[in-house]
Amino acid sequence: MQKATTEMKTASTGPAPAASEIDPHSIGKGHLELRNISKSYGEEWDLQQVIESMSLDIEPGKLTVIVGPSGCGKSTLVNLIAGFEKPDSGEILLDGKPVTGPAKDRMVVFQETALIPWQTTYENVVFGPKLRGDLKGKALEEEAKRLLVKVGLGEFMHKYPLQLSGGMQRRAELARAIINGPRIMIMDEPFRGLDAMSRGLMQEFFLRLFEENRRTNLFVTSEIDEAIFLADRLVVLSNRPASVRKVIDIKLPRPRHYTMLSSAQAYEYKRDAMAILHEEAMKSFRPSTANANFAKSYTTSGGH
Amino acid sequence: MANVAHTATSAPVVRRRSSFEKLMSNTSLWRGMLAIAVFLLLWEIGSRFDEWFGKEWTLPFIGLIPAPTAVFAAWLEILPKAGYWMSWLQSFKRVLSGFLVAMLIGIPFGLALAVNKYFRDLFFPPFEILRPIPPLAWVPASLIFWPTNEMSIAFVTFLGAFFTIVINVLGGARTIDVRYLRAAQSMGASQWDLFSKIILPGTLPSIFTGAAVGMGITWEVVLAAEMISGGGTQGGGGLGFFIWNSYMGGSLEQVVVGMISIGIAGYLSSSAIRWLGDRFMPWKRLF
Repeated sequence: MQKATTEMKTASTGPAPAASEIDPHSIGKGHLELRNISKSYGEEWDLQQVIESMSLDIEPGKLTVIVGPSGCGKSTLVNLIAGFEKPDSGEILLDGKPVTGPAKDRMVVFQETALIPWQTTYENVVFGPKLRGDLKGKALEEEAKRLLVKVGLGEFMHKYPLQLSGGMQRRAELARAIINGPRIMIMDEPFRGLDAMSRGLMQEFFLRLFEENRRTNLFVTSEIDEAIFLADRLVVLSNRPASVRKVIDIKLPRPRHYTMLSSAQAYEYKRDAMAILHEEAMKSFRPSTANANFAKSYTTSGGH
Repeated sequence: MANVAHTATSAPVVRRRSSFEKLMSNTSLWRGMLAIAVFLLLWEIGSRFDEWFGKEWTLPFIGLIPAPTAVFAAWLEILPKAGYWMSWLQSFKRVLSGFLVAMLIGIPFGLALAVNKYFRDLFFPPFEILRPIPPLAWVPASLIFWPTNEMSIAFVTFLGAFFTIVINVLGGARTIDVRYLRAAQSMGASQWDLFSKIILPGTLPSIFTGAAVGMGITWEVVLAAEMISGGGTQGGGGLGFFIWNSYMGGSLEQVVVGMISIGIAGYLSSSAIRWLGDRFMPWKRLF
């Protein structure tokens, strides 16, 4: 399997951190390095290798999008970076310091919604700062309200998550993550489950938010159009066990507009990425892979 | 009823409808009352069929049961008697004490089973062996264990609610979405924060489900225990003993009065739990 050689930071010094009122210390930082990480599950005699010696450099102030065939280990990767799980080998560094567990410098926006159902939208947003006590009283209230207004939920802050639409829930979740001032935002297929229209609107909303302050962002998706539309850098993963197949620099201009997706350049990117994804996805159909093994054992055990 | 609603909404001056008006325009309430009225009417007709058409027209089952009007008359007769109300009090006291002790022990026990693996490994197996034993099977044994009849009834009542509450709390606490816990961890939650701010509120719905089911079982158990043990003291043996005593005394009307009293008592108990559930879980009554 071809090992990815992601170019270490080139001459470009990265985008200048845009002046932003939000927690200036967390912006423009957030350099995440994955060094040769591997992860497997199961017992020794039935080891399922999910990630195999993956190395990746997620540059500060950039929107890195990871695409891969479904079931390739994207969510496992998110869990490792967030610190919910530990890699078997290799190390993960954030701004040079090893990641040892979950912390507020890496906030995750989960699939579907992970807003806490028994807290109102406002309570959800202030939850983190209140737990830690690093932002209190009037200052916290003002910051939370400002963020809620920014994501268009000013009038909904005292509603419970179940009273919000899917798109509103995702925006509330963005606000809940941002208020903690993470150095890197980790988005795990955040817009999955939304209808096409809401999804499109959420992508544009999210892009505006990113382009405004350029917080380091790792965005995981299985939608290639979404990936190209959002990304500075597109990382294409292999089939399971996941490793980096290719890194494509997406040079569409910012601010992005959805019409750019129909440009010749975007089409080129898509063709490149699709070719790899298709090749990788086809591997699941080969008889030697886990899927085929499963299918085989299933049919034979059932038949005899 | 429709008129009331109409005039209220089209009045030129916007005015809040009084709670009486709201009650009157509640169609579910009216339908419910109509259903009960129809039920009573059919019961009355079925029960008095033989009086009207001759003995050969005695309907099976329903024809042998006293008519609602007869039951009502019997009820009016015993309403002023202290013994009847003592039965209520006695049964309520037993249900509440057994139930409250079951909640007090069952909720922490269920939560401990859910969050601590060692605790679960140690206590879940014996719990699972004791759980399938019906509470009533404990009656003879507890009559022997406990010094007084009262304590054995309370113990059996406690068992009725305890297992249900524990199983519900355990199940509820174990099925909390791991993403809530992870999100809280990322935001810097301590072990205690995770427990008090995620696991406990996340388990509340199951606690109330367990409480509602447990309350129902408690009533069943109390009545059976009262019938078996003879109800204990002479001051009033509880509603179970009331029914048994009426049966032995040959007053079928009073048996039905006792049965309906239990129905009302059970309804009041579960309404109280629902009311508490609404107060504790505002996010559950959204729409």
